[in-house]
Order: sequence, then C-alpha cells, then structure tokens
Amino acid sequence: MSFQPVLLWSDLFIWLLVLAAVGAGWWSARQPPLRAAWARVARNRVGMSAATLLSAFVLIGLVDSLHYRPQLLAKPGDDPAKPVYSIEVLSVLDALLTPLRTQVEKTYSAPLATRGYAKEMQEVRGADGVLRSTRDYPRLRHGGAHLGTDEARAAADVAGRSLGAFAIGAAVWTAIALLMAGVFARRRGVPLAVAWRQLWRHEEGPAWNAMLIMLAAIIVLAALIGNSAGAYHVFGTDKVGQDVLYQVLKSIRTALVIGLVTTLVTLPLAVVLGIVAGYFRGWVDDLIQYLYTTLNSIPGVLLIAAAVLMMQVLIDTHPQWFSTAAERADLRLLALCFILGLTSWTGLARLLRGEVLKLRELEYIQAAQAFGVSDLRIIGRHLLPNLMHIVIIALVMDFSGLVLAEAVLSYVGIGVDPTMISFGTMINNARMELSREPVVWWSLTAAFSFMFVMVLAANLLADAVRDAFDPRLAG
Amino acid sequence: MLAYIVRRLLYAIPILIGVNLITFALFFVVNTPDDMARMQLGVKRVTPEAIDKWKAERGYDKPLFWNGETAGAGKVTETIFFQKSALMFAGDFGRAEDGRDIAREIRTRMVPSLAIALPTFLLGLFVTVSFALLLAFFRATAFDFWGVVACVAMMSISGLFYIIGGQYLFSKMFRLVPISGYSGDLDAWRFLLLPVLIGVVSGIGASARWYRTIFLEEIGKDYVRTARAKGLSDLRVMFGHVLRNAMIPILTGVVVVIPLLFMGSLLTESFFGIPGLGSYTIDAINAQDFAVVRAMVFIGSVLYIVGLILTDISYTLVDPRIRFE
Repeated sequence: MSFQPVLLWSDLFIWLLVLAAVGAGWWSARQPPLRAAWARVARNRVGMSAATLLSAFVLIGLVDSLHYRPQLLAKPGDDPAKPVYSIEVLSVLDALLTPLRTQVEKTYSAPLATRGYAKEMQEVRGADGVLRSTRDYPRLRHGGAHLGTDEARAAADVAGRSLGAFAIGAAVWTAIALLMAGVFARRRGVPLAVAWRQLWRHEEGPAWNAMLIMLAAIIVLAALIGNSAGAYHVFGTDKVGQDVLYQVLKSIRTALVIGLVTTLVTLPLAVVLGIVAGYFRGWVDDLIQYLYTTLNSIPGVLLIAAAVLMMQVLIDTHPQWFSTAAERADLRLLALCFILGLTSWTGLARLLRGEVLKLRELEYIQAAQAFGVSDLRIIGRHLLPNLMHIVIIALVMDFSGLVLAEAVLSYVGIGVDPTMISFGTMINNARMELSREPVVWWSLTAAFSFMFVMVLAANLLADAVRDAFDPRLAG
Repeated sequence: MLAYIVRRLLYAIPILIGVNLITFALFFVVNTPDDMARMQLGVKRVTPEAIDKWKAERGYDKPLFWNGETAGAGKVTETIFFQKSALMFAGDFGRAEDGRDIAREIRTRMVPSLAIALPTFLLGLFVTVSFALLLAFFRATAFDFWGVVACVAMMSISGLFYIIGGQYLFSKMFRLVPISGYSGDLDAWRFLLLPVLIGVVSGIGASARWYRTIFLEEIGKDYVRTARAKGLSDLRVMFGHVLRNAMIPILTGVVVVIPLLFMGSLLTESFFGIPGLGSYTIDAINAQDFAVVRAMVFIGSVLYIVGLILTDISYTLVDPRIRFE
C-alpha cells in the first residue's frame, strides 16, 4: 500500500531542532571548554540515567513526527493512475501502534480487563437457545478477545506473557551490555572480564553503568507493556473506549514540541536582544529594557490567555487556511509555542544583558576594541562563547516548566487544540472520572505518571547540566 | 525616600502605556471587531445587521484611533482606543458580555480571592523557609539529601495532580472537608482549608530548594565563620545571622507577588468553585469575554508594577547598606 508523505509545520521544526542539535554537538566537540563541561555531565550518574530516559521519550516523539496519508483502497470506478489518499494524517508511530489505535471499545474499561467497567443490559442466548436479557458486565470487543469464552485464563495469560517479556527484555539488555563491554575491551586492549568490571565500577569517563541500569528498566518495562498491548488494554480505555496507552504515547510528542520548539523561539530573541542591550548600551539598551519590562509586567498566564484567545478568533474566522483538521491542530500547537516563546524570553535576555555588561569591561574585550576589531566579530568571537553556559543552563531548565505549563494551559482552555492528544487534554477529559462510581482512575494515573517521569528526568538532567556548566558550581 | 518612590511611580507610567498598547494591539488590531462579533454570535446568526448591532451595543462601531466625523475632543475620545483602552487608566473597565460592570465585579470578587491567596502565601512562606532552614542546618547529611530529592520530586509533579489528588483524598475518601464551594461568613474556613493546604504543599518543592541554595551560599561566607569562631551556637548563627542576611534575595522573589495575590489563582479557584478573580478570569476565557480578559491583563500589570516598587522599598527596610539617592 502506498502513501503520501506529509510534512506538518511542527514536524519541520522538530527535525530542524534535531539538525541544530547535531550541529551544536559537532561544534561544541571542537570547543575545549564546552567539551570539558559535557564530559562532566557524562560523568554524572543521575544525569546520565535521566538523559537515557529522556532519549527514549525523544525517540518516541521523533517516530511520531514522521507523518503520511495512507492510500485509500481503490473503488472500481477510480482512475488507477490517480491514487486517492485518506484525509486522515497518520504518523509512523500510529502505524506501529495500529492495534492500539483501531481496537476501540464502547466506553471505559479497567487496565487488562476482559469486561467493561459498568453493568449494562444485554441479551444472552441460554443453554436452551432462548434469548434472555440480563444485566451483566459486557464482554470487551478487543480486550482479551483471543481468550474466547475462557476468560478465567486471563490472569494466567497475562502472567505468562509478562514472564516471556521479562525473558526477552533481559536477553536484549544482556546482549547490549555485553556488546558495550566488548567495545570497551577492544578500545582499552583489556580482556572482556576486566572491561566488564571496569564498566560497572565507573572510575572514569562517562557513567555507562548508570545508563545501562536505566536502559534495563526501560527495556524490561517496554517489553512487559508491549507483549500484552496487542491483546489487552494494558492501561485500560477512556470514556469513548480509546486505549489509554496509545494516548499516553501520543502525548509525548505534544509535550516535546511544546518544550523544545518554544526554546527555538525564545533563544534567538533572548540571545540577540540580551547581547545587543548589554554591548551597545545607551538608547538601544533603554529600548530593549523597556520592551522586556513591559512584557514581563503582564502576568504570564493572562498574556498567554489573551494571545491564545485572539489566535482562536483568527483560526476560527479563517477556516480556508487549513486543508485537514490535523493541520489546524498542528498550527495551533505551533502558535502556542510561539506565544509561550514570546512571553518567556525576558528572563534569559536579562541574564545575558547583565553578563555582557560585566564581560565588556574585561581587558580582552577592551583590547579587541582598541585593535579595531568589528563589533560583530567581538560578539561572535569573544562574547558568545563566554555566554554559552548561561544559554545552555537556561535551555534545559525551561523544558520541564513548559511541559507542566502545557497541562495547566490546556485545562484552562488556552492550551493545545482539544482534538490533539496531550497530557493536558487527557487530564482535562478525565478530571471528573474520580467522582464516578466505581472510580475510573487509570486515565489520570497514566497521564500524571508519564508526565511526572518525563518532567523528573528533565529536572534531573537540568541539574546535572547546571552543575557541569555553572562556573560557580563546577570547580 | 519619598522622592525615590515618586520617581519610581513616574517610571511606571510608560510601562503601563506600553502594556495598554500591547493589549490594544492584541485585541483590536490582530482581529477586527467584525471577527470578534462573528465568533461571539456563532455561525448561524451571522448577518451584517447582527454584527453591526453587536458592535454598536458594545461600542466597537467607532474608528480605532481617530474619529474625523466628530468635532473637538471627540476626534480622540470617540474612538475604540480611548473608550476601551485609555479609560482603563481611570479605572473604567467597561461592561462584561452579561452586561455587568467589570470594575464592580472585580471589587466584590477580590475578597474570596484574597481569603485563599493570603493564607496560602503566608503559610507557604513560613513552611518553605522553615523547611529550607532545616535542610541547610542539616546540610550534607542523609536528611538534607533526601529532603532535596523530595523537593525535586515534588516540583516535578503537575499542579493539577495536587488539586485533583487532594480533592479525592480529603473530600471524597475521608470526607473531611467539602469538595468545593464558598461561603461569605465565618463558616468559610471549612471551604478554605483544603485549597490553602494544597496551595502550600504544591509550592514547597521549588521554593524550598531555592531557599536552601540561598542559605548555603550565605553559610559559606566569612562572617559566618567568624561568628562560629567566636563561639556562637549553630542555632544563633542560623537565625540571628544567616536567616537575616538571606532575607534580601528571598524578598526579591516574594514581595513582588504580594499585590498579585489579589488576582487569585486560576486553577485553585476553578477547581474549588470559589467565586474569586481567578475563576472570573477562567470563565471569561471560556466564554471568550474579551472585555474581562483585557481588564484582567491591565490590572495584573498594575499590580506587578506595584510589587516591583514594594520590592525596592522592602530592600531599604532589611538592608541598611542600600540607600536611595
């Protein structure tokens, strides 16, 4: 079956970011101070396990950023040379998760359940062949469907699958660990057993041991969930019967876009305006200071609310701009990133301005000026590298706050499009579920725990990066 | 001192004008009043007459900046900018979609907002500063380590979780306090208990960790060593010296939010059904009541600027080295 690739705007920004990250990595590898700082991050065990966990999230997000429109089955009258593509935009992640996406139940069902969560009237043909209506928990259409009538076997089936998954996960992880030890042994010219011990003791270099432990947790968890996901709803289903696991996995991309693309907006604004204000001083400085004091004095949520409201009016009054619903939701997500970026550059700009004011009085800058080096060159050559640590620290510190902000904004009604799956919309849709009888806890639990793990990892990595880059902390 | 305050107040004027212009641009230049009318009226009833009527009722039928049709001062005053934006300086915020006077509504809704925000702020400050002091006092021990771990974990939890989880635990499972609501008389404490508690707990993580860093920085200074060398007890040093000196950076972050307490908290008020300014804002956002959102943006900025001035004044009170010339 053929398909038509679709490049959504947010995809473009995500892949641009990947490109920028690769470029920045290559550039900082050639800058000894930055390289040393990154090496300090790599030695930090907590930081590296957090980074491993985050890369798993990023991987899911990237797979979810390759979009396409599948080809519809040709109807008899269609021109075979002109294929018709579905209006629905899917991602590679959707394709990988097809059973999760398509196996929709009628309404709520508990994690790993084979029956619905509330009793309902149904007609059952008894042993004598007569239809009788009874009130019972309805059998799920997909959850545990392979068991047939033998539902009692569900627990044993799940246990068996988990055991199998555990074995597979352990095998995969052992292979990776051994491979790593093998590379170690080759590089250092020591026997495999010695390399294995060195790997685990972690006396120097990157904290491979911490990364391996985190990797073990990720692989085993992924295997456990993945092995049962096709046959059961591992995290249950929501009100309209959609798989919660699928929603949680889709939310990851939204959170990443909010957290990363926003920095793409913040960064140039803050760096350019901050440096220009600090370096040129005078009326330029006054103007820029006025600009950020004014923007800063509007409470963040209210400014975002006002801007998002106006954007909604703009989107609603111009439906002709968007060809698919996915495109509209996507542009709204991007607009939210831009609005968040426009309201959050002020802090970093002020920090940079203060630092530049300090740096420009130092002898080497004064000397450069006396030699007649152009301003642009001084900024690029002498100031920017000495500001990098502030920029990098600010970048990693902002990420977790933005992910948390998305949930709150979506709850308030000024976040992402209601049709876009995100942690915020999941929580917003599920907020009344705890007052149901029986309690529907799985949607909220899944959304909150995934968000918590993601933000915690980001916070821990941010701490490691700050410790490594801040000259006051890194001795 | 007085001259300084006056000068700071004068500085605030251009900033407020800037805020006013930004909100005006956001609400009237990005979208024309016609767009807003179409949005508010819905797709079905959109006729040119209906749009004109909607605009006339709200005074959006005037030109944006310059009204050439009237004489004298009317050229400036009979415009959307003057009526809707400039008059906010005089405390005239116009009417909401339901026809009520916004300024009056704000005055009555301020009380419940403050009833939640003020206790949350005071109790929160007390709890976080005490906790941070404890962490700093037991620095480099297991208590400090696990305390910081707890802080990082707590700041990684969504604010929504604290509210939803707290409501479920205390109101639904233990049935200790009502789940939501508000009352104007002395009985109100039953409604306020849970929101205040949740507000305090959700704020501990980030602030306690930050205060701890400030305390540790202060502890590393020479005067602390001198005080120790002279035989002062650890407790005296902590409370008599470290706490007092650390107040300056703490004040920077704290005083600025005091005026903003009037605005209430969006999330808490909407979850607990408290008729304050936070829920007023949320309702306005959901109903797309542009006039109310505009008014709240302006008031928020005024309060923030008041907070900045208060911060500067509070510096002189805690730090005798700072003098305003």
